[in-house]
Amino acid sequence: MGFTRFVEIGRVALINYGPDEGKLCTIIDVVDHNKALIDGPEELTGVKRQMIPFKRLALTDFKVKILRNARQGTLKKAFAEADVLAKWGATAWARKRAAKAKRASLGDLDRFKLMIARKQKARAVNTALAKLKKSA
Amino acid sequence: MAPAAAAKPTGESRWYPADDIKAPRKSKAKRSVHKPTKLRSSITPGTVCVLLSGRFRGKRVVFLKQMASGTLLVTGPYKVNGVPLRRVNQAYVIATSTKLDVSKVDVSAIDDAYFARAPEAKKTAEDAFFAQASKESVVSDQKKKDQDVVDASILAGLSKDKLLKAYLNAKFSLTKKDRPHEMVF
Repeated sequence: MGFTRFVEIGRVALINYGPDEGKLCTIIDVVDHNKALIDGPEELTGVKRQMIPFKRLALTDFKVKILRNARQGTLKKAFAEADVLAKWGATAWARKRAAKAKRASLGDLDRFKLMIARKQKARAVNTALAKLKKSA
Repeated sequence: MAPAAAAKPTGESRWYPADDIKAPRKSKAKRSVHKPTKLRSSITPGTVCVLLSGRFRGKRVVFLKQMASGTLLVTGPYKVNGVPLRRVNQAYVIATSTKLDVSKVDVSAIDDAYFARAPEAKKTAEDAFFAQASKESVVSDQKKKDQDVVDASILAGLSKDKLLKAYLNAKFSLTKKDRPHEMVF
């Protein structure tokens, strides 16, 4: 199995550090072996056109069809056409991130309710499993 | 030479003293102005708080009002988790975002004096020496009644939400993956 995600023009990446942490962006140009020029597009993901080190990027499976140094309007159109945001939201990666953020935002009472719900789920699973084991 | 006092009726001396004289300190009574303790903004009547110290540590209680002494008046309610009407220091409390409705609770009669201990009869040295184990403290019927009255309306609200009642009954604790500094309360 070789690599499937490459640093290339139009590659959509997740920013994992800095003020734009957690936002998606598109690689517009490769500056050098450490840095890329990226653009959100800002209207869709909130990331301004900027240079960013690759260390702060995590490449996703998605690619947008653009040429090098595409204008913001062009990028926005292509990004919307590829329906990246919806596809990203459906990935396990994005859902895990969302779940983690949700867990972190829970208050004391909500954590308690979650604990109860987990217990109920475990009980349901265990009883069902015990039944299956008996019949087998 | 004219007398100084006559020339300057304003009270100021015409002469500087030869030695430095310290200005008299303001009277103690004036300096010690009672500043009421500032209540943390996250604590409002009805806020569920987690107690962090004392024999009820870990218990979740309901905040009722701030006493004149600056401490917080809280109740379990007693029926739910065994915490009676009690004063606690707000420094030893975590305020949660959960708020209960305590608008109908009347605690105006409960002040700091309410919690004062009855003065004990003085014992002679001999009595103290031969005394058996310390007497068990007795909660007066009046206090029990007050507890019931205060808790009644809170309990009425709780009976609608079983999970909330279970929540108040449960003790707060940290487990393996919990990072209290990153938690939201």
